[in-house]
Amino acid sequence: MNDVAIAGVAQTGHESRKDNMIYADMVFDVVTSALEDAGLTLDDIDSVVTVSNDFLDGRTISGMAVGDASGGQDKNISTVEGDGTFGAFYGLMRVLSGYGASIVVAHSKGSECDIRYVTNGMFDPIYQRLLGIEAISASAMQAGEYMQRYGVSEEQLAAVSVKNHGNARNNPYAHLPMDISIDDVMKSRPIADPLKKLDCGPVSDGAAAIIIASPEIAAKATSTPVWVKGVAHCAEDYMIGDRDLAVPVALKDAARRAYDMAGIKNPAEELDLVELYDAFSYMEPLWLEGLGLAEAGKGMSLLEKGVTTMEGSLPVNPSGGVLSSHPVLVAGLVRIIESVLQLRGQAGERQVKNATSALAHGINGPCGQSHCVWILNKDK
Amino acid sequence: MENWKDTVEIITQEGQIAVPYTWWVGDTGSRFLMALRDEKKILANRCSECGKVYVPPRKNCGQCFVDIDDWTEVGPEGTVETFTIVHFNYPVQPVKAPFAYVLVKLDGADVSLLHLVRDDIEKLGKGSRVVARFSENRTGSILDIDSFQVIEGK
Amino acid sequence: MSRPVGIVGTGQTDHKSHRPDVNGREMIREAVTRALEDAELSIKDIDAIVIGNMDHFESINYVDTWSVEGSGGVMKPIMKITTGGTTGATVALAAYYHVASGLFDRVLAIGWEKNSESDTTAAIITCSDPIWDRFSYSGAIPSLATEATAYMKQYGATQEDAALIAVRDRNNALNNPHAHLQRPITVDDVMNSPMLAYPIKLLDVCPRTDGACAVVFAADGVAQKLTKQPAWVKAGSVRHTFTWFGDSTDYDRGLVSLQRASAEAYKHAGITKPAEEIDVAELYLPYTYAGLKWIEDLGFCGKGEGAKFVREGNTDMNGKIPVNPSGGVISTNCIGATALLRVAEAAIQVMGKGGDRQVDGAKTALATGFGGCFWSDVVILGAQKP
Repeated sequence: MNDVAIAGVAQTGHESRKDNMIYADMVFDVVTSALEDAGLTLDDIDSVVTVSNDFLDGRTISGMAVGDASGGQDKNISTVEGDGTFGAFYGLMRVLSGYGASIVVAHSKGSECDIRYVTNGMFDPIYQRLLGIEAISASAMQAGEYMQRYGVSEEQLAAVSVKNHGNARNNPYAHLPMDISIDDVMKSRPIADPLKKLDCGPVSDGAAAIIIASPEIAAKATSTPVWVKGVAHCAEDYMIGDRDLAVPVALKDAARRAYDMAGIKNPAEELDLVELYDAFSYMEPLWLEGLGLAEAGKGMSLLEKGVTTMEGSLPVNPSGGVLSSHPVLVAGLVRIIESVLQLRGQAGERQVKNATSALAHGINGPCGQSHCVWILNKDK
Repeated sequence: MENWKDTVEIITQEGQIAVPYTWWVGDTGSRFLMALRDEKKILANRCSECGKVYVPPRKNCGQCFVDIDDWTEVGPEGTVETFTIVHFNYPVQPVKAPFAYVLVKLDGADVSLLHLVRDDIEKLGKGSRVVARFSENRTGSILDIDSFQVIEGK
Repeated sequence: MSRPVGIVGTGQTDHKSHRPDVNGREMIREAVTRALEDAELSIKDIDAIVIGNMDHFESINYVDTWSVEGSGGVMKPIMKITTGGTTGATVALAAYYHVASGLFDRVLAIGWEKNSESDTTAAIITCSDPIWDRFSYSGAIPSLATEATAYMKQYGATQEDAALIAVRDRNNALNNPHAHLQRPITVDDVMNSPMLAYPIKLLDVCPRTDGACAVVFAADGVAQKLTKQPAWVKAGSVRHTFTWFGDSTDYDRGLVSLQRASAEAYKHAGITKPAEEIDVAELYLPYTYAGLKWIEDLGFCGKGEGAKFVREGNTDMNGKIPVNPSGGVISTNCIGATALLRVAEAAIQVMGKGGDRQVDGAKTALATGFGGCFWSDVVILGAQKP
């Protein structure tokens, strides 16, 4: 892959209810802030990718609501419906095809929809939806399968929530910074066994934007460029009953291809931090296994050995992760943004020391059916 | 000077998208739903390439990308692969919480069917044996299986 | 910079008002299977997939992940693009960028819709802003009707002029075995059809169709091995200029998005005299008046000359620049597939696979997409590698 940089990033604070802003306001805010962060103007941008979802927004052609606000009025614009990491992937491909710079901007508001109906809509309308199944219950079954298979306990998973909410205390953008104990997680309200309230991320309001640039535009930018070294995505079977929910095969495939592109042979050694899509506590160890950072069933041992804490050799979700802030779709872009801030050395209180290589991850579909993996580096 | 934003009242507008839908089940799926409705039988089909037995049946195998036309009957008993006990309610759920969702590997099938359990949910575990209970009034839908009943807990 | 990309195969369903025999995934697979056959590939050869439709026409969230059994996306990269009526064109362009980027060699673009599964107008109304526009905006036809009346007043075009477009496209459809509406019509038929919103009558507008389309894009070096004549992508430009319907009503300026998109595409393709240099055009004309007006915005003729240009037969199959050999949107409209069908037809013409509807010696073909808030996409294909 030719050299491509991330030249600008911006996100809103993520919160439960952004009642003073419509979608276009949030998008305009993060687009102008990302340009400012990059020291670029809209004239430097020739490609725009917006990321939104018609179900979340309650609107057909949801991208239409933010066309002007994204800066895309007289530019080549498109809309990816899916996680922000996938939208960013499209923005990247456009730059690799000859565009100077892509703005990729995502928005969503949990406060304006009922996420249970929205995620019920991703299940099969004929065979599954009438059962009322939605993301939380389906994920709970995945959690159950994973725990049964490998003998992982609820207390063990609770430690993920404790760590990530704790990390969020150092992230001014996080929705739920919290100082909690394993006991707090265990005693929180049961939602769908084995998931309790504090095993589940919130549904937040937020927006985020990144600028993906050619080396020429990146050179013009005033920000420190972060370079894209590898990126890949992959989807597995759709029907959750067809899948082995405890083995994320699509993530394994995406990770393998992303590592190959980046020339990474030993990810645990070569990566300095990981920002992954932990919508629920069990997802962190399961995705770490998919990423090849732990053996099957051993994902929790990384946290237990202190590897994935802020002080460890491979901090996971220094931002606090999706457990602490979950603007749907936006969350994947936020993983990329956090990685960029870390690699620039701009992560403030949550800075991972000497971070040079980071992995960002996003998911689409039920129970992580589709995964997108980004490898970013401080150096070209 | 006073900032107008300090005194503005934030107004919201209620609404919902109300679009009626009629999903065509297709001939393969219709045969499955007809068998539930008319015969209380659970039909599946087998991919001729990889041999996997799918329920609900598929017109084609997603992995091998070939047509499937080898029909078989599975269940009505099966083994629980994984489950969750749901503690919250919203209107799309056909039953009141607490109830359980289960992925059941029906006897003779290679994939699991998503369905629900109403009774004896405390007996559920991975490996529990369950059996399909058919609805009295069957209309040609996945809810023609009312639920699964635990026959042997874990 | 980007590497050349060619279309090496297309596939589409036999479009119908409704397809009870298949669900959405199964219908998608028909188009995919045909595209793979046309390109002489198997699904294993496909490196990545782009899919698009409009969510609320079938109420499927995450169509990319829902579709994999039919789209062939199991253990492949698949992404979803959705931009309203223009979806098919933006899906095609996304597939083009997949290949042009150098990351993938063979990429499948899929557009589909099962319009029979919902109330199309109830769904499309929700594209307008929920607070400001939705209570008053009553779907696609009235907003197009306002454009039509403005054009008639400005240039004196008549309802009979518009009817010529329906007659042309519907009669072209008789040569397309995949087209949905396959009954010939006359100007009188159009004039006598029920008035929907003045001046638009039933036969002035597109139908609702169940159908899918798939197109295979391949990289330079790969494409030539798959087919003697790839349809090379010469240019692709998109202008989704407006967000609010109230912003798009300065109709006297013409269709601004199409003017801008075509100007950029012509520049990239090196076209200075479109009507002379383009051999065939597949235009997303959702209603007849667009067939008069938008060819002006494309520069096929001067401002206000659209009706005359059409009356003189310039856009007929044997004319200067045949428009819509497939029968166009007026004959087939499976919305998420509609703009991709335009790209597919342009490719079919350049590849010389048009059968009874082949435009002789077609070397350069133009396809457009339309949708959203008076948005336009332009794709130019050619026989010569760029």
